[in-house]
Amino acid sequence: MIERTRIPLHRDPKVRAMLVQALALIIVIYGFYSLFQTTVDNLVARGIQTGTSFFDEVAPFQIGFSPFFDYKLGESTYIDVFFVGIQNTILVAVLGIIAATLLGFFIGVIRLSPNWLVARGALVYIEIFRNVPLLLQIMFWNFAIFLPTLPAPKKSIEMGAFYLNARGFHTPLPVIEDSAGFAVWMLLLVGLVAGLVIFARRAKVRFQETGQRLPVLWISLVAIVLGGYALYKIAGSPLGFDVPVLGRFNFKGGGQLPLPLFSLWFALTLYTAAFIAENVRAGIQSVSYGQTEAAQALGLSRRDTIRLVTIPQALRVIIPPTISQYLNLTKNSSLAVAVGYEELVAVWAGITLNQTGQALVIIGMTVAVYECLSLFTSFVLNWYNKRIQLTER
Amino acid sequence: MPDAKIFVPAPDRAPPLNTLGPVAWVRENLFGSVSSSVATLIFLYLFFSYVPPFVEWALINANWTGTDRSICEANTAGACWTFINVRLEQILFGLYFASKPDELWRPTLIFILFFALLLPLLFEKTPGKKWLSITLLGVFPVVFYFVVYGGSFGIPQSNTTQWGGFLLTFALAFVGILLALPIGILLALGRRSELPVIRSICVIYIEFWRGTPLITILFMASVMLPLFFPAGVEFDKVVRAMIGITMFQSAYTAEAVRGGLAAIPKGQAEAAMALGLGYWKRTIFIILPQALKISIPSIVNTFIALFKDTSLVSIIGLLDLLNMAQTAARSVEWRGYDIEGYLFAGFIYWAFCYGMSRYSQNLERKLDTNRRN
Repeated sequence: MIERTRIPLHRDPKVRAMLVQALALIIVIYGFYSLFQTTVDNLVARGIQTGTSFFDEVAPFQIGFSPFFDYKLGESTYIDVFFVGIQNTILVAVLGIIAATLLGFFIGVIRLSPNWLVARGALVYIEIFRNVPLLLQIMFWNFAIFLPTLPAPKKSIEMGAFYLNARGFHTPLPVIEDSAGFAVWMLLLVGLVAGLVIFARRAKVRFQETGQRLPVLWISLVAIVLGGYALYKIAGSPLGFDVPVLGRFNFKGGGQLPLPLFSLWFALTLYTAAFIAENVRAGIQSVSYGQTEAAQALGLSRRDTIRLVTIPQALRVIIPPTISQYLNLTKNSSLAVAVGYEELVAVWAGITLNQTGQALVIIGMTVAVYECLSLFTSFVLNWYNKRIQLTER
Repeated sequence: MPDAKIFVPAPDRAPPLNTLGPVAWVRENLFGSVSSSVATLIFLYLFFSYVPPFVEWALINANWTGTDRSICEANTAGACWTFINVRLEQILFGLYFASKPDELWRPTLIFILFFALLLPLLFEKTPGKKWLSITLLGVFPVVFYFVVYGGSFGIPQSNTTQWGGFLLTFALAFVGILLALPIGILLALGRRSELPVIRSICVIYIEFWRGTPLITILFMASVMLPLFFPAGVEFDKVVRAMIGITMFQSAYTAEAVRGGLAAIPKGQAEAAMALGLGYWKRTIFIILPQALKISIPSIVNTFIALFKDTSLVSIIGLLDLLNMAQTAARSVEWRGYDIEGYLFAGFIYWAFCYGMSRYSQNLERKLDTNRRN
């Protein structure tokens, strides 16, 4: 007969697990509670009323760059500053992501070029830009290169209707002059794209049935460029252009990218591209050479081997770390505070915090914005990883 | 008689012109195809139009000697390294030590000690590595505190608000990695724990710090930290930055260690369990030694990132290497020599980060025992 020994309570793993967790929970809750309590006491002692009532107060400073919202000194409130900050963060992040992706893929591909010089050049680029702090790079381009070397507005570098000077980059801006015509143009464009989608489906079916392939990509590109222009004329040319004109001190009108935005974008692009290039190189190298050989044995052309065998497998390795780089780029855009570009950290956690002293609310909201972005990124990553796992057999 | 088929061999292919030697190498690697030749020419053009003028400016025509800007103004064709030369003590050791020539031995001694301890560790066959690392991680910080901060043994106390230059960058990075390592290991273990409460606490902590930009954390540390503690408890700016950096770095270290933990086969833990080892014994003696070894390259990578990120403290007003170089270049005596200042600071950062990344790549290759090529 088996004699059942009873485990003493303090050695029972279940009981111990419960105890440890309860203890951890109590410590964390007590820690937060006491932090909160001292913080409130400290704020009361300094005479700061924590709350959100300052949102509706008029902000006493000017924000020079706000492309999509109207910001008026003396009318706009602090909460407007918050949204202008988010807008400017997103703007530089999107511009940076586009440019860094293009440059990063280019450098990553030529890093594996059979041409020794080109591959070495790419390596030198990567090793230089990856290993120098981004903040130093931003300040270097802004204060040591662009500010002293770019000309004054009167002597701007002209590229057609584009102007570059020490104040920034000035571009013509499309303006909708005839809104009915513009709507017609948009509708026609939607029709064109829908037609192309149907065409691509039919081409795929045809390929699967007969093995004949149509150059869908080229046909679509040509159709969109030429067709888009033809439809623009048909709709009666509904756009006008607001061209920058030299005023007494600087250009007026048109789109203006202030120099800090330009330097920030430039440095973020060069820095992030070095990391993306490494991801691209690692991704391409991760596809074993046997895959290429097998594709050749099946009779695929060199182009088809790259397009149908190498790239799809390489992308699976390239995309996840590249998405993390996009998040890093967005977080790094907060270094704009060093050159005075008016994004979230600069105008909200910087100027507004100094003006109002509402540290708790302001830092909390700033952190919340970045946490949302980071959660969104990991959501996308998980979704992508799950999707490629399903296709793996 | 049917026509006999006579085998006619195809004519021999001509022997390859040259497969060895420099000419063949150039032909294959630089002019292998039309596009490759075009790329080579473009590259050579760019190289020769930018690199020789830069070398000329930075080295050949540069000004190295002198004590004021007159020599640089006389020769504007070259870089003004005179400025770095004159301000070198400030840029390396900060305002406090640069202003007191009698105290310069303190940071110098620290750096000599550090490299004397670190360099032997980088080689595989050094005897007594264990004791060296214990000295570096355990004894060295204490020596650092007493020598650089001072205040006892007859060494005058240094003013932390005047700490700066590379010494500050070094102190921030070293403290960051030293404190973040144990916290990060605990967090990584917690994240893989079977206890849901512990796991969620660790996940929230890690994701919170990883999701926030360091500059926001530094703002938080410099503005909000005083609010979190009862009146009377005061930290100076350097300590505040150190706390912020440690919080931030521990989350990244935790993720690096977690990668190592995930790579250990489950059988290791199961075997330890079968031998009757409890959680802590099996973690400390079986799992961690293997996991940490695997995660050294990723830990070094997070350390490289941290080393670069310490430059952010210049935004909250600390005079680290970057800020010191910039301040020197904007001083009245040396206004206009920003490029030299940034290049010098950039070169120091680059040398350290590149060295570390080469080391971690080497290590990775050595640890990767089942490599294919």
